[in-house]
Amino acid sequence: MMNPQDIQRRLEEAFPDATVSAADSTGAGDHFAVTVVTGQFAGKSLVERHQMVYGALSALMPRIHALQLKTVTPGER
Amino acid sequence: MADDVTKQIDDEIRNNKIMIYMKGNPTFPQCGFSAATIEIFQEIGKPFHTVDVLSEPAKRDAIKRYSNWPTIPQIYIDGKFVGGCDIVREMFTTGDLQKLVDHAFGN
Repeated sequence: MMNPQDIQRRLEEAFPDATVSAADSTGAGDHFAVTVVTGQFAGKSLVERHQMVYGALSALMPRIHALQLKTVTPGER
Repeated sequence: MADDVTKQIDDEIRNNKIMIYMKGNPTFPQCGFSAATIEIFQEIGKPFHTVDVLSEPAKRDAIKRYSNWPTIPQIYIDGKFVGGCDIVREMFTTGDLQKLVDHAFGN
């Protein structure tokens, strides 16, 4: 069982300039929907962006069953 | 042996234009994200090959290391890692997935 706030905090540490939102999709504490908006994604492919997010959350990933990711730059929003 | 699994993955990715590592099989997907991925590729309408990582636990761990990607499903097209369900869904919506598949099948 994990809080979306745990995920949000990790991502804000990893991407200090980012706007992050994280929500528990099912209420079960293991499915989350996450949006990260940061200029650090500029010039990166979707795979690279998701890998950056997964990397930042690597310590939490074993406890996350599903993560729905939206990764955009401020210009793409 | 771990190297045998890696070799199998190499072969699967090389020998199948569309290779999907999923939970369950296309008839009985065991996870909503795997199910959504299969629906998209059925819509695309080109032949694809799947591996059920639930029935091959060694491969489940191996593919995560292989792709540097922590979740299942994982999709390879034309030998290249495309991503997971979210990426495929987004690319399907924009038409980029169709383009990638058409290119892989030489259309």
